[in-house]
Amino acid sequence: MSRNNTGYIRKELPGSVARIGYLLFAAGLILGIIGYLIEPVRASYSYLTAFMFLVSIGVGSLFLVALEYITGAEWSTPFRRLSEFVASSVPLFIIFAIPLLLSMHSLFHWTHTEVVKEDPVLTTKSPYLNTTFFIIRVVVIFGVWTLFYYLFTRNSLKQDDTGDQKLTKKNIVLSGIFIPVFAITVTLTSIDWLMSLEPHWYSTIFGVYYFSGATLGALAVLTLMVVLLKENGYLSSRLTNDHYYSLGTLLFAFICFWGYIAFSQYMLIWYANLPEENFWFLHRWENGWQYLSIILIFTHFIVPFGALLSYPAKTNPKRLKFMSIWIIIVHYIDIYWLSMPNLQANGHGFVISWVDFVFPVGIIGFLIVLFSLKAKKHNLVPVGDPKLQKGLNFTLH
Amino acid sequence: MLNPLTMEDILNNNRLYGITALFDTPDEIIHAAKEVAKAGYKKFDVNTPYPVHGMDRSMGLRRSLVGYVTTFLGFSATAFILLFMFWTMSIDYPMVIGGKPYFALPAFIPITFETTVLLGGIATVVGLIALFSSLPYNNHPLHDTDYMRAVSSDKYGIVIESEDPLFDEEKVKELFAKLGSKKIHSVFYPEETQIPVFQPRYIVFLIVTAIAVSALTYVTLNKVLFIEPFSWMMEQDKVTPQEKSSFFSDSYGMRTPVEGTVARGFIPYPYKGMAAPTETLPNPLLPTKEVLELGKKKYLTYCSPCHGNFADGDSRLRGQFPNPPTLHSQRARDFSDGMIYHIIVNGQNIMPSYESQTTVEERWAIVHYIRALQRAKNAKLDDLQEVNKEIQLNVEE
Repeated sequence: MSRNNTGYIRKELPGSVARIGYLLFAAGLILGIIGYLIEPVRASYSYLTAFMFLVSIGVGSLFLVALEYITGAEWSTPFRRLSEFVASSVPLFIIFAIPLLLSMHSLFHWTHTEVVKEDPVLTTKSPYLNTTFFIIRVVVIFGVWTLFYYLFTRNSLKQDDTGDQKLTKKNIVLSGIFIPVFAITVTLTSIDWLMSLEPHWYSTIFGVYYFSGATLGALAVLTLMVVLLKENGYLSSRLTNDHYYSLGTLLFAFICFWGYIAFSQYMLIWYANLPEENFWFLHRWENGWQYLSIILIFTHFIVPFGALLSYPAKTNPKRLKFMSIWIIIVHYIDIYWLSMPNLQANGHGFVISWVDFVFPVGIIGFLIVLFSLKAKKHNLVPVGDPKLQKGLNFTLH
Repeated sequence: MLNPLTMEDILNNNRLYGITALFDTPDEIIHAAKEVAKAGYKKFDVNTPYPVHGMDRSMGLRRSLVGYVTTFLGFSATAFILLFMFWTMSIDYPMVIGGKPYFALPAFIPITFETTVLLGGIATVVGLIALFSSLPYNNHPLHDTDYMRAVSSDKYGIVIESEDPLFDEEKVKELFAKLGSKKIHSVFYPEETQIPVFQPRYIVFLIVTAIAVSALTYVTLNKVLFIEPFSWMMEQDKVTPQEKSSFFSDSYGMRTPVEGTVARGFIPYPYKGMAAPTETLPNPLLPTKEVLELGKKKYLTYCSPCHGNFADGDSRLRGQFPNPPTLHSQRARDFSDGMIYHIIVNGQNIMPSYESQTTVEERWAIVHYIRALQRAKNAKLDDLQEVNKEIQLNVEE
């Protein structure tokens, strides 16, 4: 085994991957349009859920890339490129947001100016929550993310050819700027799109809650890709159990982090029991929503906690694959739980419609298409990265 | 072969602990560890100045079992503390805190988490030291050897212990030489040295320390803490009971409640202060056995000193206080229950109020008891027939 051998041989993905992606995306698109024609308001909410899912995975992946640079992590370098591929959805957020911006009036209560005038709470919040400023924020935030995505991947891809170490240094500086920007922008995004669905509500930890879910979702997508691609020989053959273990540990850590943040938000509101805060949880504790709330606690925290606690579980590819799919699904349920009760707030209760399943299918298809397009053009492993050899040699003990 | 350790061996300083070998680079030590493990040795150890990655695998070590200790004690702590809080807060001494239920699970979660982490952490450390490192070990043969000095600075060492079943001095030295070590040594168990504990200087030191600590404690508690500004924290800004206040215009430190304030659970008596109320209250209690027993107890405590044990007005105060009239007069028997209650609360003629000595319930119980006394003193022949009937019934049964 030579020290310069990365163990990576570039292979084309089979065409069936892209075909499945196109099929799912087209199905989601067509059925979504039909759903919108039948049930416009429900379809808007469902689409918002799917959109926030896409945003969380996309910008979460961008955050993982920045995290690797700023911490100088070596173990994750062999599969950083996969996160970059997923993050390539970031520039398209603005396109995905257009249908939502058009249906803002049926989504967001605070866009009704005549209601806001009568409501003292919404009047005080109106300097922030108004249509013009909302659109400005959306454009600026998605623009900033796109800029960072462009700079990160430009440097990273250039390094494949040149192997220039300065590019890594540039990206380290970039991630130093990106991470505080990310902290603010992801908070604003979660407040704008999800929290403002219930504009009377107050919660200072909501941004962190969305961030924890976003990072967990991005990590689960990364883990799933790593295991699937490694098993089929598309990644470096030198990835070991220690890489799996580290991915599993990080996944486990963010499961705990999500549980911690979710509980912090709940416990403070439960203890203070103030009417301007507790109604948000009360909506999720009546008309059938309480079952989803309990299911969320078990599926999003307790089950993955037990399933990923031990060392053998974190190094077992089958378990990792199963748990990453599980986490992607429960992350979707989590966002569903954040957004959909607001549609039901006027007493309809917990109802699932076929429309709710259409958009996530389309989003997953879109991510597969994006991945296969990127994989056709670029290496799946950052072959020019100076940290790659150390990352491949990574051992824990 | 295992040689039992005898006193003679120790005193003669000839019992072999093991053979050590020093290497210059981490690559060499990893290679050496692999070869030694391959040769079938079990009781060997590697000492390096810093953790060398990949060493666990090279030495062929199994995964440590300390994780099971952590898991078991951590989850034991979870179960214990939840049961403990359930018992103290919900069963043994139920308390309403912040209007929450007795078993307020969300409020218990932080404590459960902390206890789990605490006991899990302590279990890890204690388990690691006591179970897996066989400590305390106060005189390891490798201590104070040139070998240990070398591996604590810049050399990489390996030692095969003589207790290994395959141990053979010549073969081990041969193996180390073959692996390229230039410094191979035999390490012997150290000579046992006896230092008498009860030396005069130790005893003097002990006595001097004890006197110094006692003196310092005495001076601190009895002198220093009386000096301003410590003064045992007796000077405080708070208002103590009965203290004059310079803040309020009436100079009272203790404030009186706002006019019309009613204490919790207190029902004001509507006819208070009236000599003869035109209306009276009905007795809310039924003359059950418990009520009559309570009434008897309170009557004998508060009423009987003047009114006599059977309400005949035969005071046992021997003229220290004027005798009241009998309660068996027609006038007293014609009093309504509420009137007797009124007299207990308000007092009558020379009799003072017993409001502060008795509760509402006790007063009504006393009324029942007086009624029972009056009935007993003025019984008719018919009543006797009733009693006879009951006796007969009891006999028949």
